[in-house]
Amino acid sequence: MLQLEKRAAPSNGMRLAAPLFATLLMLVTGLCIFLVLGKNPVDAFRVFFIKPLASLYGLGELLLKTTPLLLCALGLAIGFRSNVWNIGAEGQLTIGGIAGAGVALAFGDTESHWLLPLMLLAGVLGGMAWAAIPAFLRTRFNTSEILVSLMLVYVAQLLLSYLVHGPWRDPDGYNFPQSRMFNDWELLPLLWEGVRTNIGFIFALLLAALSWVFTTKTFAGYRMQVAGLAPAAAAYAGFSERRNIWLALLISGGAAGLAGIGEVAGPIGQLQPQVSPGYGFAAIIVAFVGRLHPLGIVLASLLMSLLYLGGEQAQIELALPSAVTGLFQGLLLFYLLAADLLVNFRVKVSA
Amino acid sequence: MNLDALTPIFVSTVVAATPLIYAALGELVTEKAGVLNLGVEGMMLVGAVVGFIVGLSSGSLVLGYLAAACAGVALSLVFGFLTITLQANQVATGLALTLFGAGLSAFVGRSYAGQPIDGAGPLHIPLLSDIPVIGPLLFSFNLLVYGSIALYFAVQWFLNRSHAGLKLRAIGEAPSVSHAIGHPVLKTRYFAVMFGGACSGIAGAYLSTALTPMWVEGMSSGRGWIALALVVFATWKPLRVLLGAYLFGGVTVLQLYAQGFGLHVPSEFLSMLPYLATIVVLVIICRDPKTILLNQPASLGKAFHPDA
Repeated sequence: MLQLEKRAAPSNGMRLAAPLFATLLMLVTGLCIFLVLGKNPVDAFRVFFIKPLASLYGLGELLLKTTPLLLCALGLAIGFRSNVWNIGAEGQLTIGGIAGAGVALAFGDTESHWLLPLMLLAGVLGGMAWAAIPAFLRTRFNTSEILVSLMLVYVAQLLLSYLVHGPWRDPDGYNFPQSRMFNDWELLPLLWEGVRTNIGFIFALLLAALSWVFTTKTFAGYRMQVAGLAPAAAAYAGFSERRNIWLALLISGGAAGLAGIGEVAGPIGQLQPQVSPGYGFAAIIVAFVGRLHPLGIVLASLLMSLLYLGGEQAQIELALPSAVTGLFQGLLLFYLLAADLLVNFRVKVSA
Repeated sequence: MNLDALTPIFVSTVVAATPLIYAALGELVTEKAGVLNLGVEGMMLVGAVVGFIVGLSSGSLVLGYLAAACAGVALSLVFGFLTITLQANQVATGLALTLFGAGLSAFVGRSYAGQPIDGAGPLHIPLLSDIPVIGPLLFSFNLLVYGSIALYFAVQWFLNRSHAGLKLRAIGEAPSVSHAIGHPVLKTRYFAVMFGGACSGIAGAYLSTALTPMWVEGMSSGRGWIALALVVFATWKPLRVLLGAYLFGGVTVLQLYAQGFGLHVPSEFLSMLPYLATIVVLVIICRDPKTILLNQPASLGKAFHPDA
């Protein structure tokens, strides 16, 4: 019989190994799914996980999709560490895109180096403003930030839909629900010739470094960590819960907003009815798989980005439904949560 | 306005409220046992796709509902295993369930998207349905609408009048005390989670076979989350769940009729109403921390293990 025995202290080794176990289990399940669908599993595996990385362009795409995931997940992780559950990053991302695009549409004819920074700033502020709503309602009216931030995702998407179908629709766009295409000076500069990766990826890496400094070196970061690990101790020490909630939501909202304008002023290049294939939700998984640690989140967002790319590739080459990506994402988080058992327990074989 | 014009409004309110009643009553029982399952949305989506596929291929909607309930139970068992047996974080696991359910349902339902199905039609109850005014008003709904009312009475009776229901509530309030006097905490929580899963599955199947008889990816569009908010809004009381669901049904219907009333607001803003209403009612209920403190099951969201 297998028996569980509680460890005296949580195992650090297992904390790092659990995401690897989870990834491995996800891959094995993936092989089984490919088999069930009647695809040669080795072939499918190659198309899904290897082929997207086999060219320079593919690597560029990997980093391109990593960017919004990384930005959102870094912000969310700061909240999750202190028990603030912002799950509305998708909405904050959408509003970030709207706000940034709004600046471009308002000043679009003026060619200026200041326009792009202004758009990015508007994106960040837009995301922050959207996240400020759950922060205000939680601190003032004790309302669950989980439900409020999630409801606002739907509101943000409807607002976007209204804008691209109505006032912001391109008059020369043959009635398609989209804004005009952005000009060169309104788009994020590319990092290299021949790939679509833009400067947003550098921002995301910078934010990863910043968030590491924030969580490990600053007093504000420390207070939030204590609030998450031992709420009673934080209250006793007089750490303000309000301040933590506001900080967590503003940071994650701002980061998601940046991700949003990064998409709109990056690969999309205009405002469309949909600016994200669920990056804000996938980022929740990224944050957990990355153990809420900046370095872990960088690795996890690369993995998640590969899942998106693999899904697209499999759709083109194997006629697999792209929904397989969502399936893999959910499986990964489930396996991780299960593997986390090994952090606090060890498995013993008893007679 | 005369009565004839009000009848369709009343009827569509009830029709729109029904999935919320199923999902919220299921979640209510789960939460009363001390388990917070944020995966309602995911279970609804899987219930919707399974109910649709089985209903379409077997030709029997009732069979579809049964299959949807089973699918909901299966998903809820994954959640239960992780949170009750393995003691994983309930919030994270619930989110995982929602994301997984969205992916799984899109995957399973890919070849069924947009296909029509003969949806659940109104029942014709001999004599009763033929009564003028009251007949079309009360006795011409589909089967699941009456089922939701029956479910309300069953849950109300179970939680307040049955021995098992009292035990379940005791476990939700004080699991360690309940364990000490010999109540099976883990087993009860498993059953509560499974009940929630079955109800969410049926709620989903209602969407894809009765409300809009077809399968569309992500068709629950936040109703699972609104059901979660409804439980808080109802301060964990079944009757208020019922009334709250009709209130929300009314808000949903309002957007359909607003244009008819000559209100020229872009449809997107009207579609925001249910989500904004959810936020507003949450604020109203949660404003006073005591309301929540007094009504919320004391162990809600906290893991319990007999050996720990």
